[in-house]
Amino acid sequence: MTDRMAIAASTGPVLEFKSKGSGLIPRGLTLTAVIIIIAMLAVILLNVLHGGLGTISWEFLSKPPEHGMEAGGIFPAIFGTVFLVILMVITGVPVGVLTAVYLHEYTSPTSRTTRLIRTAINNLAGVPSIVFGLFGLGFFIGFIGHGIDTALLGAEKPVWGQPAIIWAALTLALLTLPVVIVSTEEALRAIPREIKDASYALGATKLQTIIRIIIPQALPGIFTGAILAISRGAGEVAPIMFTGAAYYLPYLPKALNDQFMELGYHVYVMSTQSPDIEKTKPILYGTVLVLLVLTFLLNFMAILIRSRIRSRRISV
Amino acid sequence: MTPYQFKPKSRWREFLGEKFIAVNAFAALIAILLIFVFIFKEATPIFTSSEVQKEASLNKMTFKQQFQPNKPAKWSWQPNSDLPKYSLWPLFLGTVKAAIIAMLFAAPLAIGAAIYSAEFASKRMREIIKPVIELLAGIPSVVLGFFALIVLATFLQDVFGLTYRLNILNAGIALGLAIIPIIFTVAEDAMNSVPTSLRDAARALGANPWQVSFTMVLPAALPGIAAGIVLGFGRAIGETMIVLMASGNAAIVSASFIDSARTLSATIAAELAEVVFGSAHYNVLFFIGTVLFLFTFLVNLGGELVLQRLKIRFQGKLS
Repeated sequence: MTDRMAIAASTGPVLEFKSKGSGLIPRGLTLTAVIIIIAMLAVILLNVLHGGLGTISWEFLSKPPEHGMEAGGIFPAIFGTVFLVILMVITGVPVGVLTAVYLHEYTSPTSRTTRLIRTAINNLAGVPSIVFGLFGLGFFIGFIGHGIDTALLGAEKPVWGQPAIIWAALTLALLTLPVVIVSTEEALRAIPREIKDASYALGATKLQTIIRIIIPQALPGIFTGAILAISRGAGEVAPIMFTGAAYYLPYLPKALNDQFMELGYHVYVMSTQSPDIEKTKPILYGTVLVLLVLTFLLNFMAILIRSRIRSRRISV
Repeated sequence: MTPYQFKPKSRWREFLGEKFIAVNAFAALIAILLIFVFIFKEATPIFTSSEVQKEASLNKMTFKQQFQPNKPAKWSWQPNSDLPKYSLWPLFLGTVKAAIIAMLFAAPLAIGAAIYSAEFASKRMREIIKPVIELLAGIPSVVLGFFALIVLATFLQDVFGLTYRLNILNAGIALGLAIIPIIFTVAEDAMNSVPTSLRDAARALGANPWQVSFTMVLPAALPGIAAGIVLGFGRAIGETMIVLMASGNAAIVSASFIDSARTLSATIAAELAEVVFGSAHYNVLFFIGTVLFLFTFLVNLGGELVLQRLKIRFQGKLS
């Protein structure tokens, strides 16, 4: 209580209310800020819709680029993005889930270990994405990939020590790790104590309780985390620029050490490297629209699932 | 439903299971350490190799250099010229200028909206604001970069009659769009976590709703709002795609905010693909990465500390 009184005391002298203003001015000013933000979002979305809707067709979604990206479609980029995020989820989500389980089930929230790990997670979430790109190049390609090539394969040409979809996926998995952890933790918190107690009362060990009770109960939250991670990962360009994304590929990636095309990178390439931006524009807008719809749909799904978890917690 | 049937307990399984989970839990910590080690490792020749130091030493990256006799010393970033010049000063200046514009643009809007959402908004209004912010946060930065490059740049040039189409103002505004959600979320959280007892106390003293907000809630939540601004600044410094696409990428030393500029992050993104592996240029780019990493690390740590202390102050415990 003393703390609260200290806060009250620190703001003390201001608390003499002289006039009873209506508060219309602060209310109006802050509302203006809200309206400006909404308007800017609307301008961006309407601009992309207006520019991109005309381009969207089955051909556009199913064909590769033609004529130096001035015609044709974006199928390789869609395929590459999907392939990339699937690999990212497979490699990243289990680690994130286990981290959340460890923090929530095995340690006390005030222990030094927990706080250390939590600080690391928060900091990982703040590392600039271009630094992840550098890391992917230095660690995954330069150290692990090159290491496999020289130590295991003795290959003369680089097999794994070059930009590849697996290295890009692993880099993104690291980048999205905090998203998965936070969302799984929220789900773990929503599990009622009684269910865990019941499991222990039946003679289950801690590990058995985690595998059979806690993780199944937390599945919606884990799912939300995976979706949010995908939505984030699908839009990131800086981490994959040097770790596997390609300007243009005549073939689709088949192996884990192939390069790939990606929607976000495709947007970057078309808007900065195109010889004639006016000719590329329709396709550029179409690609942006596809990318936006993809990320928004994923976000929307995540929000829906999350609100259902929250309402369940209240009802229990 | 079939009843749960648990297999007999095995101590070994229990032990290995826990250790396996624990190992995974340290992934984030290990990742942070590895990121630092592997980026710094590629930057070390700047400090150790005399070969590299001939082109790029700490001294050469920081201070004015005289490249030709009879010409004044200057800061210059020209890594691909016959006489490579690696002064980081133009890049640093570009980064800070873009981040300042972004903050000037984003902070008032985000904090204003946060105040409205936490203090004035009806429940229905809040249900509009929250998804709008989430949508804004969900826009990939490459899309914001694209929008700044194609639409915003032309608009700003027409309105202000600017010489350069791609400039810091353009990049800064787009960057602001990217950090509005961060500042909004942290600031709104801070205001919502102000204990009701404080609000009640102000109300009991005769304050009307907006007086409660401005004389009680805002001062109490101020450290949280400041943390939001700091975290937003950290993000603005590290953000890459937006500035890479919207700033024009010319490394100039100037005080003007309508000049083109090259930022630290954009320099890495633009040059790493063409650089010779192991060259001085390569080492310098990783050195820039190290600087970015350390800077954002400190900013995040600071912001996190402030928020944690605020939480303890309001709730009397760490949760």
